[in-house]
Amino acid sequence: MSVADVREAITQAHHEEWARVVASLTRRFGDLDIAEDAAAEAFAAAVERWPADGVPPNPGAWLTTTANRKAIDRIRRENKRDDKQKEAQMVYDDDPPEPIGAIDDERLRLIFTCCHPALAMESRVALTLRMVGGLTVPEIARAFLVQETAMGRRITRAKAKIKAARIPFRVPAAEDLPARVCGVLAVVYLAFNEGYLATGPDTDPVRHDLTAEAIRLTRLIRALMPEDGEVAGLLALMLLTEARRTTRVSASGELVALDEQDRGAWDASLIAEGHRLVRERLAAGVAPGRYQILAAISAVHTSARDMRDTDWSQIVALYDQLVRLDPSPIIALNRAIAVAELDGPDVALAAVDRLGDKLAGYHAYHATRADLLRRLGRSQKSRAAYDKAIELAGNTAETAYLTRRRDQLG
Amino acid sequence: MQYLVSVIEQFLPGGVREDKTGSATSDEMAAINAFNDRLKAEDHWVFAGGLASPDTATIIDNRGEEAMFTDGPFLESKEHLGGFWIIQAPDLDVALKLAAEGSKACNRRVEVRPFL
Repeated sequence: MSVADVREAITQAHHEEWARVVASLTRRFGDLDIAEDAAAEAFAAAVERWPADGVPPNPGAWLTTTANRKAIDRIRRENKRDDKQKEAQMVYDDDPPEPIGAIDDERLRLIFTCCHPALAMESRVALTLRMVGGLTVPEIARAFLVQETAMGRRITRAKAKIKAARIPFRVPAAEDLPARVCGVLAVVYLAFNEGYLATGPDTDPVRHDLTAEAIRLTRLIRALMPEDGEVAGLLALMLLTEARRTTRVSASGELVALDEQDRGAWDASLIAEGHRLVRERLAAGVAPGRYQILAAISAVHTSARDMRDTDWSQIVALYDQLVRLDPSPIIALNRAIAVAELDGPDVALAAVDRLGDKLAGYHAYHATRADLLRRLGRSQKSRAAYDKAIELAGNTAETAYLTRRRDQLG
Repeated sequence: MQYLVSVIEQFLPGGVREDKTGSATSDEMAAINAFNDRLKAEDHWVFAGGLASPDTATIIDNRGEEAMFTDGPFLESKEHLGGFWIIQAPDLDVALKLAAEGSKACNRRVEVRPFL
């Protein structure tokens, strides 16, 4: 086996086994710190030993055994298992949870613990990427443009709170499950969006590492909760968004709007998978949640070979459905963009202008107004709106796009 | 595992209390009593109490040679501790559910903190 093959095997084991190792150690030792450190040591041991000894026949079992041994060594060394420590152990509920049509996998417990609503949102994201995704602290710090020490503190603090406040290592009760799943999905969607429209002057406009990681996590959640419609919806939404990723930023680093994207370069297999999931949810005949509706909207877009072939009435109908679930002004803004295609920019502009109070600080509000005003030939007002949008936009590719559109105004 | 559930009493700008008296209304008291009964019946109860307003507080400092007594709360703030529960719960999920019911019963925000 070549060095490259071993490296590939280690990467694959890391993707497939990290969360399982951390989760099983958390269950056994009742301590996230011990689980995380022992898992990291086991993978370090693999990097050291596998090139010489060869890749073991069952890498997952090798890693779990090694990590268990490392954890026990550490506990012996630090004499961690005195009474006080036992008291501080995480609550592990041995009763199987209510049947939820899901596998009771330890990884699912780990996900719900990391995404617990008692933790700050930014801590949930960081902790999930670390404990479930297996990203290192420096990687997570880079992804969110935070100093490594600050990110390390954020994760340490979250783990300390889980321990001190006894956030349980458990799948929530059936009655709490929908709200808690929604919370988990918000965490992975935030990670995805940060990758998809990265903010900050010194970062790539799209960070594929983050979008890929978010998709990987969502696939895992889907495997663990195959019956949940919103999980399927979010996965479909991410796949259909990711499918367009490479066409979304031009060679010169400028954002490419939907009407100018090279549709032939969209990733056909991701689109096919996304469409399959959307069809599966439609066939389920259950009232869809917001991610399923967003995925359906994306499915309509990705079904059109050309922007002009888009079924805009279908899209507006889906947005109407979404507005009923989520009356947020951002949804109303996106609906107005679709309305512009169906009923014309003047109708859309009137709808957008009604959102001014709530969205005055949001760059997309000004960018949308600018575009509608441009299409209505009101160049001066359009220019002012572009100026405002450029001032507020945080993404380098978007700024470049808006600047070009502004400078093209007659 | 024990948790402190603090009841957050809020002053509106200008120092006026959120309600006229700062203490619970009779409806609130009835809801609090019902909640307390439930805590006792389900073995979550440790202790609970309402506190008089911060104006009634006295600060004591006996770190030096002589005990010093000073009138008033140690912190001037828009929010203060109006009362508390100490509850027994196996984990934070259970504590949060109970605290949510407590918040509804006393009609105020509450904070949950674990004891060491």
